[in-house]
Amino acid sequence: MKEYASGEWQPTAALEVLKLRAQLLERIRAFFSKRGVLEVETPILSTSGTPDPALASLATRYTGPLYPHGQTFYLQTSPEFPMKRLLASGIGSIYQICKVFRDGESGRLHNPEFTMVEWYRVGLDHVQLMHEVEALVGELLAGHVALAETEWLSYHEVFARHTGLEPHTATAEDFERVAREHEIHLPAGPKPHHDVAIWRDLLLTHLIEPRLGQGRLTFVYDYPASQAALAQVRPGNPPLAERFELYLNGIEMANGFHELADSAEQRMRFERQQHARSTTALPPVPRDERLLAALAHGLPDCSGVALGFDRLVMLAAGVRSIREAVAFPLDRA
Amino acid sequence: MATYSTNEFKAGLKVMIDGDPGAIVENEFVKPGKGQAFNRVKIRNLKTGRIIERTFKSGDTIEAADVVDVELQYLYNDGEFWHFMNPETFEQLASDKAAVGDNAKWLKEQDICIVTLYNGVPITVMPPNTVTLKIVDTDPGLKGDTSGGGGKPATLETGAVVRVPLFVQIGETIKVNTRTGEYLSRA
Repeated sequence: MKEYASGEWQPTAALEVLKLRAQLLERIRAFFSKRGVLEVETPILSTSGTPDPALASLATRYTGPLYPHGQTFYLQTSPEFPMKRLLASGIGSIYQICKVFRDGESGRLHNPEFTMVEWYRVGLDHVQLMHEVEALVGELLAGHVALAETEWLSYHEVFARHTGLEPHTATAEDFERVAREHEIHLPAGPKPHHDVAIWRDLLLTHLIEPRLGQGRLTFVYDYPASQAALAQVRPGNPPLAERFELYLNGIEMANGFHELADSAEQRMRFERQQHARSTTALPPVPRDERLLAALAHGLPDCSGVALGFDRLVMLAAGVRSIREAVAFPLDRA
Repeated sequence: MATYSTNEFKAGLKVMIDGDPGAIVENEFVKPGKGQAFNRVKIRNLKTGRIIERTFKSGDTIEAADVVDVELQYLYNDGEFWHFMNPETFEQLASDKAAVGDNAKWLKEQDICIVTLYNGVPITVMPPNTVTLKIVDTDPGLKGDTSGGGGKPATLETGAVVRVPLFVQIGETIKVNTRTGEYLSRA
């Protein structure tokens, strides 16, 4: 039997912070109830997973009635797919507060299991949804964090402001030069010379994100089409993904989309992501054919957003790490 | 060649950086929700003491450094090398000026030091936190002054110069904090 240091059984969050968690959950439910958004629950386990190469699913196995020979189930990285199946069945605007799971993610701002507040608004585009996010987060942080006026910046503007680069046309060499100028060093050896996406993420995480949302909510919107994930892409030059993120005090809090409703386009993106997984030695995951069938049936025009609840608690409580916002992080689970 | 993946990174891990051995001081996992994960790492170069920042793509590997800390007893200095002995095996090791550096002024025969070995060769020598040394030179100072305010320089038997209170005299032994170079008390 493993022996633990004394105190290891105790929560890493202060009891006051755990009480604040409960209050915030209550206020979130009141906010949606007032707006007529329905609370739903969908399964955490699924026979399919996300093929997004930036996400790794945890998996478990069920054996018993229905699957006598055993079946692999993936723990959701987000409740997006089943919630969209509900939307396609005509349920209307919905929200869910649930646990989501991501393999490989542990750090000051990451715990591999965390709480997500995810909601979908039928008939709203991503701009209208950003304003609803502002209203909810503003209400939840009131009395905890003094917020200056909300800032709205396009992805292009944040890159231009903090790196001097045009993110949609800059080359890997441009990104590398700016990284070097700011003394951001990747180690010698094989470098992602030609992978513009990695350079963009490097500058985003090291240079831009820490400066976003200082004392205010900052919404970043209109992402490169290559980072559309599950967002609609607006044709143009360049085409832009109708996606947004919310930052406060340098911390990414929410990610939202004007949801892609085109089943054929969704299938193509899944295939591209599966291909990207295979080139980076990530295991393949079964495609969610039920989601594709639901989209083919018809997803109402809607926007959706996922808000990291533990980070919200962190910011409201004024603590520095996610450990101080959850009862038992991975190393005490 | 032993390697560590970013998943093994933690403070204290000994790794190779720019051809020199280093110790990880700080490791931060950063990842945009829909993007590439990185480990932002601060590493102390164990030869120069300098701290450098590096970023790794999560999942990358880095070469391990064959570095160990051992407790050795300081024996003597022959003018060029500082000689140490493992008190258990009686094995002796010599350290050059580069490894001993400024800490030479705290080294007193018999004291147990922490010697960091890289591929079996000393690269740094840490004296005990507190050493007891004899004053070989200082101004006589004012008799009866016990305030300690102001103080005066005193040269110790190892050559180190520290500020001591006015009442401390030649021939006395004192305790000194080697990390700050400050006088602590009479021994």
